[in-house]
Amino acid sequence: MSETIDDATGASDEYEQYEAVVVGCGPGGAAAAAALADEGVETLVLERGVDAGSKNVSGGLIYAEESAPYTIDGLFPGFREAATERPVTEYQLHNVAGSQVKSFDITDLHEHDTEWSDAVLRRKMDSWLAERVHERTRETGGGLLTEVKVTGLLREEGEIVGVTCEELDPIRAELVVAADGVNSELARDAGLMDWEEPEEWFQGVKAVVDLPDGAIQERFGVGDGEGAAHLFSGDLFDGVRGGGFVYTNEDSLSIGSVFHLDSVATELAEPHELLDALLTHPFLGQWLDDAEYAEREYSAKLVPDSKKAALRSPHQGRLVVVGDAAGQMQAQGPIIKGMNHAVTAGGLAAEAYAQAKARGDTSRAGEFYERKLRDEGVMEKLRPRRYEVASALGEPEPVANLADAVVDSAVGRFGVRLLGDRLERLYSSPALSMMVPDTRTPYVTLPTVIAEELGAPVDETNDVEPPELADRIGDLTYDTDVGNPHIELLDDSAAASGTAVTACPVSAEGFGGGCYRRETVASNGEREEVVSLDTQPCIECGTCAVVAETDWEHPRGGKGVEFEEG
Amino acid sequence: MHTVVLTKGVPDFREGQVAFDEDGHLERGATPTVMNPNDKHALRAALQTKVRNGGHVSLMSMGPPGFKEVLREGMESVYADDAYLVSDRAFAAADTWATSIALTTAIERLDEHVAEDGVDMVFAGFKTADGETGHTGPQTCWGLDWPILTHVVSLDIDEEAGRVRAKRLVEGDIEEIETVEAPLPCFVVADPEFEPTYRKAAHRLTHKDLREETRERAENHEEHVTVWDHEELNLDPDYVGLDGSPTIVSSVDPIPRAPAERDATMVDPEDGEAMRELVEEMAPLAGGE
Ligand SMILES: Cc1cc2nc3c(=O)[nH]c(=O)nc-3n(C[C@H](O)[C@H](O)[C@H](O)COP(=O)(O)OP(=O)(O)OC[C@H]3O[C@@H](n4cnc5c(N)ncnc54)[C@H](O)[C@@H]3O)c2cc1C
Ligand code: SF4
Repeated sequence: MSETIDDATGASDEYEQYEAVVVGCGPGGAAAAAALADEGVETLVLERGVDAGSKNVSGGLIYAEESAPYTIDGLFPGFREAATERPVTEYQLHNVAGSQVKSFDITDLHEHDTEWSDAVLRRKMDSWLAERVHERTRETGGGLLTEVKVTGLLREEGEIVGVTCEELDPIRAELVVAADGVNSELARDAGLMDWEEPEEWFQGVKAVVDLPDGAIQERFGVGDGEGAAHLFSGDLFDGVRGGGFVYTNEDSLSIGSVFHLDSVATELAEPHELLDALLTHPFLGQWLDDAEYAEREYSAKLVPDSKKAALRSPHQGRLVVVGDAAGQMQAQGPIIKGMNHAVTAGGLAAEAYAQAKARGDTSRAGEFYERKLRDEGVMEKLRPRRYEVASALGEPEPVANLADAVVDSAVGRFGVRLLGDRLERLYSSPALSMMVPDTRTPYVTLPTVIAEELGAPVDETNDVEPPELADRIGDLTYDTDVGNPHIELLDDSAAASGTAVTACPVSAEGFGGGCYRRETVASNGEREEVVSLDTQPCIECGTCAVVAETDWEHPRGGKGVEFEEG
Repeated sequence: MHTVVLTKGVPDFREGQVAFDEDGHLERGATPTVMNPNDKHALRAALQTKVRNGGHVSLMSMGPPGFKEVLREGMESVYADDAYLVSDRAFAAADTWATSIALTTAIERLDEHVAEDGVDMVFAGFKTADGETGHTGPQTCWGLDWPILTHVVSLDIDEEAGRVRAKRLVEGDIEEIETVEAPLPCFVVADPEFEPTYRKAAHRLTHKDLREETRERAENHEEHVTVWDHEELNLDPDYVGLDGSPTIVSSVDPIPRAPAERDATMVDPEDGEAMRELVEEMAPLAGGE
């Protein structure tokens, strides 16, 4: 009985109109909406989750940068008291080779340009933001609605004039802010983003691990209101390019890994096994309870790599794109900065619209937004010129292989020994960290060599047994849209879509459950390898949109997975 | 717009709530009173009206003072502005006819003396879960002499034109839906299949606002309930309550403990022999040969 009658008043022939529509209420959308409301712009915010944050995952440390024109607590007073976990007061990078570890204190790198940085859990953070956003936008005549999925751009005579939704009639707006995160359907609809190149993305996988009261202070040697961040790289991930992290929340740990998606794909890595490699490393024995090890939640999400994916002109007509949707996620060496840039972009987009309006021509909002991103130095952080030079030199395969061989050679090892603890300072250099090439060398080979040459064996033991994938899936909450799968497999041949079987964080080779499975079908006496898809356990990470041949959409409003922690 | 929603308290028949005595009679005292489950369809329809067309919603019930709890529940779910309880010892044991007279009188009073521009619509549920006849709604409507729309599954109101357009199930059959129109004021009986639709962002935002407002109001719901007795309504006790109830209850069957487990005889309509037997068995009941 979903059929609706046309309004007898005829109102449904005329679309509703708001001055601005913001799609998505993560940090980018929340910032844009709050800043627009502050400018007195009538702003409607549409979020597909049952609650803002119920779809979102981050590591996550949110940064307030000294150089940034907007910070989250600047836009939302009281943010740190109400919505975050612990601040980071100590930051370490661990180079791992087998059970040898060499630790560097990189607190300096972390504190460079940092006003403050707190660990967050996204359900708590985003839902707090959403309440403020609703209050503030409601005063303008707009407001925030959850469980509404925007399906695309409303166009008239080829021009963008608003949005179309699953749950609502189309809505017209002077300004459309796409803050719909990684796998932005709006950026794709506008032709600004495609989901083709695995090189442009990272895949993040995370477990929130429960700890007893007081354990964080005791085991991490921090006080109340203090916290630690630990990063890991080296050979513990079998050569897959990326690293791991452990962040302290109020009374839990966020433990996860972020890997280059192309590396996950070509190495046929199983994301949950990469996470388990970190969870079971002896070094983590000092923090985890072997017997009482309990995960609150398993989650995953794609992360754009701004160096390759950040849109240089993130706008089109009335549409402006902010945050992950525009690829504005900076991996500054090991430090991951997405939320802060989404906030800044949201603020700048609002400012740009207000400015364009003041000049009597709202159609220039996008142009002003692009200019502000450049003038405020945001674009330089996202796509550093230094990296473009360094990667041109360092990423072509022959060069990369040579560099890798040199580091691993007697010469390289000699260099590492010679530099010794001065390496710690080099690792703490913000300038260097911005130009790290995407090759094995910085992620795998160099940390491994450092650990082998300079490290000491860990004497802890770690008998943690992480849960099976089936249990991790079983513990998640889903509201399945029965009979209406949100992903369609367009090509089920193993050649086109087989990678998803390993790369999907809730699927695995030989695992009977999960989303993607390999099957052998016999046709005309020939046996053929195909892939099948069941979207029920999907955690909407976006991986298979890139690595498989799919028609990929988010589920309808309120449907699909619901994260409690994020 | 001023709408009135009729609701009623019934014994909570859910497993674990309902109490029977040794003879299998319902123990009213030991069984909690809840809102008639079928009223929620009326509430959904009234809520849609409130959200989409605005205005004032009054909840109305006839029953003992204990029904105030039911009114609170109703107020929360329909975001009602106020509630009226028609309650008097003289009304005790009223049958549906007498109840209808009392409710009609109360609605008329609201229409003439309370609602600014009169009452525009009355919503009623489908059936009640206790001693149900399904008569109260239609009889009340008859008393008001308004048009009635029954088995309504979706609704659109054009206030300016003073008309209601509805989709309804013909003969209560989900397979057959017709679109009908009626002038305001009118009486709407919502079907369990009623689906509210909120396709406008503005509607959903209003919905959220009302939820906030109601949360506060429901906390002191007593302040928003007006109780009317027979004097207030100027009703002759001879016409209401047991004395005014033409229905004579000859006997009451004990409510079986587990109605769902009563044996049903399944007959395959394709099976000619079985069908003939069935028809023969049923003939006396139908008064035929
Ligand atoms: C494992 C992991 C670790 C990370 N670590 C860090 C870290 O330590 N620090 C850091 O700063 N960043 C980190 N990030 C990145 C960070 O999470 C993102 O950069 C950030 O969330 C981007 O914010 P956003 O507002 O652009 O998008 P999101 O936070 O993704 O918000 C998008 C919102 O839009 C909604 N939405 C999407 N589509 C629709 C639609 N069609 N209709 C309606 N609503 C829609 C979503 O439900 C969501 O609420 C990490 C990410 C991962 C996965
Ligand atoms: S099915 Fe696709 S989107 Fe869903 S969890 Fe697997 S890889 Fe991610």
